[in-house]
Amino acid sequence: MQIGVPRETRARETRVAATPKTVEQLVALGYDVAVEGGAGAAASFSDEAYAAAGARVVTADEAWGSPIVHKVNAPSDDEIARLRPGTVLVSLMAPAISPDLVEKLRAARVTAMAMDAVPRISRAQSLDVLSSMANIAGYRAVVEAAHEFGSFFTGQVTAAGKVPPAKVLVAGAGVAGLAAIGTARSLGAIVRATDARVEVAEQVESMGADFLAVQLPEVDEAAASSDGYAKEMGEEYNRRAAELYAQQAPDVDIIITTALIPGRPAPRLITGEMVASMRPGSVIVDMAAANGGNVEGSVADQMVVTDNGVRIIGYTDLAARLPTQASQLYGTNLVNLMKLLTPGKDGQLVLDFDDVVQRNMTVARDGELLWPPPAIQVSAAPVAQSPAGKKVVKEPEPPKDPRRRYAGMAVGAVVFAVIAAVSPASFLGHFTVFALAVVIGYYVIGNVHHALHTPLMSVTNAISGIIVVGALLQLGSAQTSPSSQLVIIVLAFVATLIASINIFGGFTVTRRMLTMFRKG
Amino acid sequence: MDIALIQAAYIIAALLFIMSLAGLSKHETARDGNVLGMIGMGIALVATLWLALRDAPWGNVIAVAVAMAIGAAIGIWRARRVEMTGMPELIAMLHSFVGAAAVLVGLNTFLASDGAGDSVHLVEIFLGVFIGAVTFTGSIVAFLKLSARISSKPLMLPARHWLNLAALVVSAGLLVWFVAAHSIVPLLVMTAIALAFGWHLVASIGGGDMPVVVSMLNSYSGWAAAAAGFMLGNDLLIVTGALVGSSGAYLSYIMCQAMNRSFVSVIAGGFGSDGAVSDSDVDYGDHRETNAAEVADLLRNSSSVVITPGYGMAVAQAQYPVAELTSKLRERGVDVRFGIHPVAGRLPGHMNVLLAEARVPYDIVLEMDEINDDFPDTDVVLVIGANDTVNPAAAEDPTSPIAGMPVLQVWNAKDVVVFKRSMNAGYAGVQNPLFFRDNSAMLFGDAKERVEDIIKAL
Repeated sequence: MQIGVPRETRARETRVAATPKTVEQLVALGYDVAVEGGAGAAASFSDEAYAAAGARVVTADEAWGSPIVHKVNAPSDDEIARLRPGTVLVSLMAPAISPDLVEKLRAARVTAMAMDAVPRISRAQSLDVLSSMANIAGYRAVVEAAHEFGSFFTGQVTAAGKVPPAKVLVAGAGVAGLAAIGTARSLGAIVRATDARVEVAEQVESMGADFLAVQLPEVDEAAASSDGYAKEMGEEYNRRAAELYAQQAPDVDIIITTALIPGRPAPRLITGEMVASMRPGSVIVDMAAANGGNVEGSVADQMVVTDNGVRIIGYTDLAARLPTQASQLYGTNLVNLMKLLTPGKDGQLVLDFDDVVQRNMTVARDGELLWPPPAIQVSAAPVAQSPAGKKVVKEPEPPKDPRRRYAGMAVGAVVFAVIAAVSPASFLGHFTVFALAVVIGYYVIGNVHHALHTPLMSVTNAISGIIVVGALLQLGSAQTSPSSQLVIIVLAFVATLIASINIFGGFTVTRRMLTMFRKG
Repeated sequence: MDIALIQAAYIIAALLFIMSLAGLSKHETARDGNVLGMIGMGIALVATLWLALRDAPWGNVIAVAVAMAIGAAIGIWRARRVEMTGMPELIAMLHSFVGAAAVLVGLNTFLASDGAGDSVHLVEIFLGVFIGAVTFTGSIVAFLKLSARISSKPLMLPARHWLNLAALVVSAGLLVWFVAAHSIVPLLVMTAIALAFGWHLVASIGGGDMPVVVSMLNSYSGWAAAAAGFMLGNDLLIVTGALVGSSGAYLSYIMCQAMNRSFVSVIAGGFGSDGAVSDSDVDYGDHRETNAAEVADLLRNSSSVVITPGYGMAVAQAQYPVAELTSKLRERGVDVRFGIHPVAGRLPGHMNVLLAEARVPYDIVLEMDEINDDFPDTDVVLVIGANDTVNPAAAEDPTSPIAGMPVLQVWNAKDVVVFKRSMNAGYAGVQNPLFFRDNSAMLFGDAKERVEDIIKAL
């Protein structure tokens, strides 16, 4: 079958759905690839390179006439008119917020597969263009910010004076947010990040940023989502979050907002007041500008300079600003999709609706509307716990009320006091020794080097052979006369013997092990 | 005067034991620590022998001498002969001896006192025998499992939790009877129940959880010694028992942390035992196979290599060729380090001992936390006989049975080579998505032979 790759027609679009490299991979899957002349020009891929990779360079009509059409953006009305019924069209479609488009595709009787409707399950990660594009956009957002920012990102001490490092706040730690964190960190900035999902704190910290948590005890339950995306938060949460942003805004130099909830207007995170509180020269990148913006005053596709000299960048084509890389990743996502759709590797596309990935992506087929797809739960984390999952998924423990702990300790102390009151004095003396030894043991062992845990066990084996003391005293004082004493002798004899094995064996083997450890 | 002197000797011995354990905190002082422990033990033994034998008839002296001589001979013989891969078995065996000794000393204490004594004393005896008996059979089962004399699969009796609970409840009842009646019958019945309880407790735990089990038994053996100290009114035994008990408890705690599981869940049943089956029908894609020559090429052109060994390395006895490979690569200027997961192997610190045996310098053998941040800058990771401890599902798939377990993040390295016999799942029964990653390659076969092949190809 032939895959057509037409030139993108949307304004400012620089990406293309196939690169010479992905063409090779598609050809290897058995497909004929027809690339419209000039399709890759904006992404620095020449027609010759496509031809060399095994594609035919064709006219727009021929590309659109292919049984399979690969595109980046959703088709315009004119383009839909060029599609033949039965064509498989693969592109971004945003089906959740563009019902008109889905309806038109249905009416055109094409099989429409939305690359932005890939379910968020591990297996489908290799086709997830939202992730791959968000990664690029996150990187580019920092680059744009750095471009507009009047100072270094990294702190320096120079002969001409000390430069403090830039402070960057990243709102939302999804793929884009994490990419932005990584990029800003590698430029040397101090990076802070927030997210409604407290479970991402670890990822944020692993990227080298500080996680600023919104202080709200019930957040973890509220924000845990079953589909892998953040969802809208309650009012109390929003109020606390606003306080956090208001507090951060005057302190940071750069704010990058990435908060997008699929199919909804972007939440307003940064108000006009917060923008006004920032220092002149500060830069805000609003990555959600296309959906209304996280920042008050941001304008899609433009940079706005506020009265107090803060630049608000609302570019919606951040990924397209790295056309070569973005095309390559998008193309690879498409190749991975085609691998899934071409089980025979023979150039024959087979749609299997038993596969949730394929079912989820297909929004229309043969004049039948298939959107929205049946819900699938992709994450069994806190909310949706199956009985089996319950045993294996650890819930984050709610912070314990310290009063309860103190109460527990008090109860323990009282119980102990009652027991102590009825025990003989000698027992208490021994118990004092015991309790102190446990504490000492805990601290001493806590310092033991991890590599020496085995010698530690063998040494403790040896010294717990000290129980021989009991056996020795019994054996030493035993009489032979009454026959009941004979039992004592035998038992004490055996006890002495095996405890001695412990003492001598334990120390010897420890010694043997320790002599083996040597420094390099 | 004599008693005071002996008390002084015991205090000194106790202090020496503490210093001995403190010495193990660093490699440099570890050997001195062991010597201090021996001196402490020597002092304690001399004092005790003097106390026990100064008025004793010759027959008793000979009995003591014979018992200790046999014990010493067996102990030293075993300790010299044991393979380092067999350390877990030896340690488990030694635990069982402490348990058995505690049972015998406890029974003897009761017999010698002819049932006399106040309630507190009787409770001490009862607890001492109980803990000792559980330690004894528990360690025996651990020993049998570790030495593969019985299957290391968890034993799944119906209603096993109820059985355990019943054993505890019945024992508590017997304690009441024992204190009231001063009779040996409940003591013996309880001993039998405790023996069965210890057996069942460990039998229902699987092989991969052995680091926790062995540490736990280490702890129990300490508590058994401490309980014996209470019944004999001997502070040295109490101190030593408490030290050992808290040491084992701490190790168990570390091991549980390293598996992200609670102590109770390890003791109450192994992985996959509660119906948490892995989703084996998920399509992870294809794995890539490689061969020794390719791996040798890869290693030759790399500047930093991390080796993450697991129990498979011990099974294949591959530590010697691995050490040889390490020194070869280091001669070429390649930075070779080892990353050890806390629960790798069947004993805390097991891998470290094996590598030390093969003369791998200890300063290139790092702990998981020390090395995890370095993987992104690592060229090649060799995963030798490890599986669950390098499984990315633990970090990335919240539905995985091992979700949340801290693992060695080997997949962040540029290339990963996995030495494995086959594509079977690891102990946790979870498929490892690492094998299907683009940057990992599988090298099938016996780890020892494969490593030797690589050395030849180098």
